[in-house]
Amino acid sequence: MLYRVISILCYIILAPFLGGLLEGLDRKISARMQGRVGPPILQPFYDLIKLFKKQYIIVDRAQHFLLLSYLALVVFTGCMFFGGSDLLMCFFVLSTASVFLYFAAVITSSPYTTIGGQRELIQDMACEPALLFAALGFYLISGSFNIDTIVHSQYSAIAKLPGFFLAFVFILTIKMRKSPFDESASHHAHQELVKGITTEMGGRNLAIYNVTEWYETVLMLSVLALFIINENPWSYLAAALVICAAYFAEILIDNTAARVKTSTMLKMTWMVTLLSAGVNFLVLMLV
Amino acid sequence: MPVVPFLIIFPLMMAGLMFCIRVNRVRNAIAYIGSVVIMAAVGVLTFQWAHGGFQPIELYVNTEIADKVILCAEILLMIQVTILSFKYRKYWISLLSIIPTLAIAWLELFGPEMQTEEHIYIDHLSILMSVIIGVIGSLIIIYAVGYMHGYQHYHTKIGDRRYYFFMVLFAFLGAMFGFVLSESLLWIDLFWEATSVCSFLLIGYTREPEAIKNSFRALWMNLLGGTALAVGIIYFALTEGTVSLNVLVTQARLNHGDLMIPVALIAFAALTKSAQLPFSTWLMGAMVAPTPSSALLHSATMVKAGIYVLFRLAPAMSATTTGMMVAFVGGFTFLMASIMAIAQSDGKKVLAMSTISNLGLMVACAGVGRPETIWAGVFLMIFHAISKSLLFQDVGATENSLHSRDIENMHGLLYRLPRLAIFMFIGIAGMFLAPFGMLISKWAALKASVDENNILLVFFIVFGSATTSFYWTKWLGKIIANTNEAPVKDITKRNEMISIAIHGVLMIALCFLFPLLSRVYVDPMLREMFQVAEQTLPTTTLDLLMILVVFIFAVPLIAYSYSKNIKANKKLSYMSGINTGKNHAFTGSFGQNERLVLSNYYFKDICGVRKLMLPSQLVTAAVIVVMMIFIIGGAL
Repeated sequence: MLYRVISILCYIILAPFLGGLLEGLDRKISARMQGRVGPPILQPFYDLIKLFKKQYIIVDRAQHFLLLSYLALVVFTGCMFFGGSDLLMCFFVLSTASVFLYFAAVITSSPYTTIGGQRELIQDMACEPALLFAALGFYLISGSFNIDTIVHSQYSAIAKLPGFFLAFVFILTIKMRKSPFDESASHHAHQELVKGITTEMGGRNLAIYNVTEWYETVLMLSVLALFIINENPWSYLAAALVICAAYFAEILIDNTAARVKTSTMLKMTWMVTLLSAGVNFLVLMLV
Repeated sequence: MPVVPFLIIFPLMMAGLMFCIRVNRVRNAIAYIGSVVIMAAVGVLTFQWAHGGFQPIELYVNTEIADKVILCAEILLMIQVTILSFKYRKYWISLLSIIPTLAIAWLELFGPEMQTEEHIYIDHLSILMSVIIGVIGSLIIIYAVGYMHGYQHYHTKIGDRRYYFFMVLFAFLGAMFGFVLSESLLWIDLFWEATSVCSFLLIGYTREPEAIKNSFRALWMNLLGGTALAVGIIYFALTEGTVSLNVLVTQARLNHGDLMIPVALIAFAALTKSAQLPFSTWLMGAMVAPTPSSALLHSATMVKAGIYVLFRLAPAMSATTTGMMVAFVGGFTFLMASIMAIAQSDGKKVLAMSTISNLGLMVACAGVGRPETIWAGVFLMIFHAISKSLLFQDVGATENSLHSRDIENMHGLLYRLPRLAIFMFIGIAGMFLAPFGMLISKWAALKASVDENNILLVFFIVFGSATTSFYWTKWLGKIIANTNEAPVKDITKRNEMISIAIHGVLMIALCFLFPLLSRVYVDPMLREMFQVAEQTLPTTTLDLLMILVVFIFAVPLIAYSYSKNIKANKKLSYMSGINTGKNHAFTGSFGQNERLVLSNYYFKDICGVRKLMLPSQLVTAAVIVVMMIFIIGGAL
């Protein structure tokens, strides 16, 4: 019990720092790939502090409470995850959380956020099958949706779930808003809709949004770790390495791929989900 | 228990009264009284049954006179259908009524001697159905009184036949009560036909060419199911010498053998009734009727009759070819209908598609036939009944005020018709968002289909769940989007609002009560059906769910009250051009004002009905035909 409380607290306190740090590294590495010097690694935190100090500008009053709800629900999902509870339920709650982000975008009736929001919905629709499949995959090999049970299995899940892993890494690109799938909001001016869903978020609102993204990234990467972790303590190190490798791969893809259309994204993601997670699932069920 | 015949006969008497009274005021008053009496009678029935210790009650073993009455009623229905088919020159449809009715009549009059079994059977499932029919059905009638007043006021071309409309509504409820309380398959057959005919009459209410066309489509599809039902009953009666549904289920569960033929035929009938592919088009066509009839067809009656039968048959279908067929058709319908719903912008069409899709999930749950899936299916049914009834009534009322039911026109509904928008929000949230029961049902269905090795169903649910969220969320976004357009005058009548509000309250109450409902009611029901004592859902999951419910309700409220008083600098939205000052137009590069129109994504060319309906119908029809051949050939 104490162990759970500690890991939940760790998530609540450390996740934003970790997420921010990862983003700082991301920006640095991206810059180096493009032959620039790039900002300092702590730049995301400086940005965040500045956003909090800025004048509080809104288009609609409700934006703030919707974004706060989004934050609270994502953090809650993370707490469920690190509290060792039900993985499938975590994903369901996460999808409810993203509904709040959509609300925060469309409530302004601004053209750019509305399009961004709609694309965000399509992104969620593209991701959901792979997420649900991941949960089902863990259930198939460990007999439970409980994260506690999953991490204490004898072998790493990836040994039996390579297809699920692949599908999950694929949608990680969408979840981390990386090109070629940065449809709803982009870190760079890759497309006609640069800030999309965040266009009307200013000052504190944007800060809340950023922090939530950090929480979510850490959560997603933790799910990735779940594929590696087993009862052997060394597996945690392996998981950390895999996370780093996956993150680096995402940065590489981000810097080399051109953005695709939303419908192409949806088709590609579903195809990959079907062919890798789906086939892996078939094999597990039939063999 | 005199309350049982009362529940069946009273609505029929009310129907007669409705037809005779031609003074609107008097009839409305009596309709109110009638629906309250029906609700009270359901309460009495539930109380009496609970008083007897929640045990199944069997009634009416010797019913020779009643059997004769039932037979006469069936022949009357046949004559009615035949007359209407000839009147509108759809001669062949009458055959679908004449043949099964005569066959049933032959069985009853000249067939072998049947064992005498009870004719009425009351258990958890039939009480649950009665409560849904009684409460939601009656609320819909209360709503209809106000709605039809406005409807006739605006649709002057349509002849005022409200006496007829209310007659059918009440008759429908009576038939549904008879259906869910009956145990004798012969009685079930009558009430089955009666619901088919009632829905046919409701759909054709306006007597416009389209309405007539759609009503006959509904009629032939449902009569086809009725024919399958009659064949199944006759086969069962001839082989086993009884017409008891319980005997059929227990026997078929013990030995799969040739009893699978009647099970498969009855399951097929249920597929037509709950509008599964390839028979979904009749429910889509049912929209031409006034809203209360849609609400009734989609939530409390008709489609739920099919689900009810499948739940009854579920123990017998578990791990059989029939079960596979039903689960496939249901799962496929769930996925395809939810994809087609994406392309709809007409509010009622989205509702219709989502009904078909959700029914698909329930059907699939029944097809798998495990306690966990029935658990999920029952909760889907409860939530769906309330939320769909609420949504239809709400969209109907919105249409009366806004003169449109297109979702694109509901932009900023929260600011233009606040009361209706809030209830619409609750209804939609109830269909898919986290704290509401749909989600946990999906959870249970996924888990059980993995446990049962039903691979295809897993794929259907995984992808269908993604598309379901999409079309609901974009509707929700439309409702809450800010607007500067002038509010619309809300002309919703008080009785309509009362009915809608009760639904909304029920919806939210269910969120908090459903772990309790699961423990106290649904788990015992599953024990009754499957004779196994286990708690379907682990307590930890239920507890987690309660925390979640509280959290999801509390967080936005707290965040709202906190953010209300923050000082903020309100700006106009960014439009690339110069915002003209009200967020709904901008000055373009040529200096002229351009109006801003925001629209949702629909992907009409990818997931439109025209594109997908026919292929999906062909796939399911092929599967049904092939599997039926296998089932019947394998058993003979």
